[in-house]
Amino acid sequence: MTEILIKNGFVVDPRNKINCEKMDIAIKDNKIVKKINEKQAQIIDASGLTIMAGGVDIHSHIAGAEVNLGRIIRPEDHYKDPVRKTPITRSGTGYSIPSTFVTGYRYAEMGYTTVFNGSIASMKAKHAHEELNDIPLLDKGTFILTGDWWFVLENLAKNNIDECARLVAWLIHSARGYAIKVVNPGGLESWGFGRNVHSIDDQVPNFCITPREIMRGLIKVNKKLNMPHTIHLHTNNLGVPGNYQTTLDTMKALEDLSTDGKPVAHITHIQFACFKGENWRKFKSGAEDISKYINTHNHITLDMGQVTFSDTTTMTADGPFEFSLYEMGGHLKWVNSDVETESSGGIIPFEYKRNSPVNALQWSIGLELALLIKDPWKIFMTTDHPNGGPFYDYPKVLAWLYSKKAREATLKKCHKSARKKSLLPSINRELTLYEIAIMTRAGTAQALGLPNKGHLGVGADADVAIFNINPETLDIAQKFRTARRAFAHAVYTLKDGVIVTKDGQIVNSQIPGRTIWVDAQTKDPCRIDDDMKRKFKEYWTMEYENYPVTDHYIKVSDKVTVKASV
Amino acid sequence: MSKIINNVVCPICGCLCDDLEVTVENNEIVKMKNGCAVCDAKMVHGYKSEERILKPLIRKDGKLIPVSMDEAIKKAAQILADAKYPLLFGWSSTVGEAQRIGVELAEELGSALDNCCSVCHGPSVMATQEIGIPAATLGQTRHRADLIVYWACNPWASHPRHVERYTAFTSGRFESSEWKNYMQRLKAASGRKKMEMASKRIARVEPPIKPKVCFTGPPPQMLEQKPGRKMIVVDVRKTMTAEIADYFLQIEPNRDYEVIEALRCLVTDQEIDVDKVGGIPIDTLRDVADAMMNCEFGVIYFGLGMTQSLGRFRNIEIAIALARDLNRKTKFVISPMRGHFNVTGANNVFAWQTGYPFAIDFSQGYPQFNPGENTAVDLLKRGDNDATLIIAADPGAHFPSVIMQNMMKHPLITINPDMNAISRLGDVVFPAQWCGIEYAGTAYRMDTVPITLKKVVEAPPGVLTDEELLSRILKEVRAIKIKRGEPVGQTEITPTHPDTTKPSPTHKTPAKPKQTKKTKERLK
Repeated sequence: MTEILIKNGFVVDPRNKINCEKMDIAIKDNKIVKKINEKQAQIIDASGLTIMAGGVDIHSHIAGAEVNLGRIIRPEDHYKDPVRKTPITRSGTGYSIPSTFVTGYRYAEMGYTTVFNGSIASMKAKHAHEELNDIPLLDKGTFILTGDWWFVLENLAKNNIDECARLVAWLIHSARGYAIKVVNPGGLESWGFGRNVHSIDDQVPNFCITPREIMRGLIKVNKKLNMPHTIHLHTNNLGVPGNYQTTLDTMKALEDLSTDGKPVAHITHIQFACFKGENWRKFKSGAEDISKYINTHNHITLDMGQVTFSDTTTMTADGPFEFSLYEMGGHLKWVNSDVETESSGGIIPFEYKRNSPVNALQWSIGLELALLIKDPWKIFMTTDHPNGGPFYDYPKVLAWLYSKKAREATLKKCHKSARKKSLLPSINRELTLYEIAIMTRAGTAQALGLPNKGHLGVGADADVAIFNINPETLDIAQKFRTARRAFAHAVYTLKDGVIVTKDGQIVNSQIPGRTIWVDAQTKDPCRIDDDMKRKFKEYWTMEYENYPVTDHYIKVSDKVTVKASV
Repeated sequence: MSKIINNVVCPICGCLCDDLEVTVENNEIVKMKNGCAVCDAKMVHGYKSEERILKPLIRKDGKLIPVSMDEAIKKAAQILADAKYPLLFGWSSTVGEAQRIGVELAEELGSALDNCCSVCHGPSVMATQEIGIPAATLGQTRHRADLIVYWACNPWASHPRHVERYTAFTSGRFESSEWKNYMQRLKAASGRKKMEMASKRIARVEPPIKPKVCFTGPPPQMLEQKPGRKMIVVDVRKTMTAEIADYFLQIEPNRDYEVIEALRCLVTDQEIDVDKVGGIPIDTLRDVADAMMNCEFGVIYFGLGMTQSLGRFRNIEIAIALARDLNRKTKFVISPMRGHFNVTGANNVFAWQTGYPFAIDFSQGYPQFNPGENTAVDLLKRGDNDATLIIAADPGAHFPSVIMQNMMKHPLITINPDMNAISRLGDVVFPAQWCGIEYAGTAYRMDTVPITLKKVVEAPPGVLTDEELLSRILKEVRAIKIKRGEPVGQTEITPTHPDTTKPSPTHKTPAKPKQTKKTKERLK
């Protein structure tokens, strides 16, 4: 039995409405408890330090076939950042797509303890789980690409929601996934023949369905299955100038589906879906319109997808988007990776440059959104790792959020378009530690439906991050560099009640972390009869029996069982 | 007593067909359905080979003597721990789980780590690193492709079910099978042949010598009007695959680059001043380019004829560029025909653990990648390493003799199921189980789709799985290093639920005063 008492720290715990209060956190085994025997316990003196729950990342591409293909095609990226082996840690390589072990270590060093993987095609789910097993120190889960699965398209076209729900439940279970991911609904199927959809009412070729119907149908499915997370949505027309209109249309189309005032969809990396102007020359920020809408509606949550000016690798299941990005020119490598009956994908190494008018404005759009949306429970901090920048840039993003001075410092170095075409220079808002804790922990955990994460109340998982920030003496907005350093290297990170990093160094790499997945139990499970099996055989080049991820692919399983209403 | 096991995965080529029906009698495979001839040869006969190694062997006085497993593991660990720079090579015919341990072992030893990819599709990987690749899973071709190009490969012999399962002879959602047409053509051809033979016998005329470069089938501009799937084969000789193709282009050896570049010029509307490229008239190439541009979904599968001939990775690079250019006109993908059943897996496992797919060097304590320097052949040619471990591969039969001579100068450890060429040369020879037959694990299909191999029969007693054997060698290496007082890494993270974590040895930690000092200093 391990008992740890963290004493005298300033606790920031938005879920329990605790804002920088001096209090003790007691840990027994892997849970936070009310009280422990102080004499028995290991004491961590946190006086003058800020205590938060372990970070929860809602969207980050850390594992899967596509991520690994990104690793394979970028040796030049790894050369910059070799990671030496030590007696307690494995070697590897870093930069925009770090190797698995390094991913775990570097997240832990920043005080993150839970990360959700952006998207995987179910057919390649075993690969993703094998990689997730090799990412230590983190609890992780993964979203399953469902939006362009033929079974979904066919059943939704017939408005057969119940049958679709049973099939989706089977798919999520067989891929050991956590939530429904929808990427460019209809567009991925169209990309099978090199086409795309350009608005939410375009017809998907060969399937008699529109993106609007897919999204609405899957939200209904999600509700029927009682999934902990909403659907995780990557909108149509991503990365195309003028797409803020598509994003607004999408959000309006889903308005009536929220009956209880709770969110029904999470739109991910919103920065890339917030472009105004007819073309790249007239490119403007659409952040004002989007934030206005979000400020008056409650059915959507967002994450930023912030651009951080680095040499990174863009990767998404949105194959047509990556191809159009490639067609813009200036790129050496383009990878396309379609997956039969399910999805597509693409990878392009990309350098976001400060002196590029488009990239500079993209940078400001992300920040504008985060600052203009008043409620931090609605927008969370991500860089859509590695699309906007690698996750090690999170401290930078936080600095831009809590310090106008930091923003000004970067604005000075940026192309003038960031100043001229966006509202960012006029925004004075500076986020507090409390709001930062919401955007990085409490809010994301709530959106993901993780009751034991993102807070430090009794019964929560003992995932704790302690930062060298004294809210009484340190003005983070002024001394943003000091605070940025503190966020980059947590003084302590505790995972499951074990100290894993100390002063930004790994001290224990032996905590494997759990794989969180959802088992949505339908009353009447999807009937896999001979007819269905034949259909599987027709659709995939893999036998039905060999398709699901078996238990031995998951090192430490954390099954979330939900009762579905179908 | 016999039992039938369904949906067994075939552990031979990169196709990983997973629909085999295997009949097992008395722990022996007696029948196999659905598989190809190659599969039959291994699954039903090959694995029971008389050359099977059943006990570990150690070379003493030039002779291989059977020893106990413990002794062999100790000896192997001693060799590896004593070596300054060992090479671990092979990995393409074992499962991902074993490859993972392999990376850890290489890291612990500070050794070179390479897989068979470096002598087959390594150039394809390097080309992908140069310009990316528009690829798709095999099912995508099955459902959609109406133009299939096999370039410099002969799937009829190397991947016998590739055409049947994934391309021309299978029916998908949007395209139907060409099997019937092929059968008709075959009948017509055999009729024609009979007639020719008969007329030859009557006339007693010597057949004319064929021109060096020839085409068969209707010219592509007529091919365009042909309904359904079209299959074009490009090769330096008329293979069996060429026989079943709708159209065959025989190009001069080592001219792949030029021919593809000419096609690229034609696709991008550029003029070509010559009449022939690689022995093919420009007009013919123009027809091929038109067929490529006018298809709905085209695919190029390329093989070792392209990766290991003149130009090597540049050939692949230009082929990828062609596919990429074609994407501006239609949908086009390109994919390598990976050979061994899990060579793709070796690339993937190495990549997620180290960042690099092959040619890895751990001598500095971190992974380095430099094909041409850390690749097995180049490394052995320079004679850099001083011990070798070969697993699940047979370089003894395939590497150049100079390189084998260099390898033989130093101790050699082999892990292979049967007495192949390399096992005969080994100093420590381990037996191994046949993965996919005697033990289960993960393999990656040529399009990176992971499939779980099945265990069908029990392995001979005393023979360990690759995974277990490597873990034991790793453990032993660490034990030796600890004895010498050298730092060692930690064993793999043990999969324990946090509920069962051991109590921390430091209950009342003295860390407290230290920490406060440090933090106070920081705050100042």
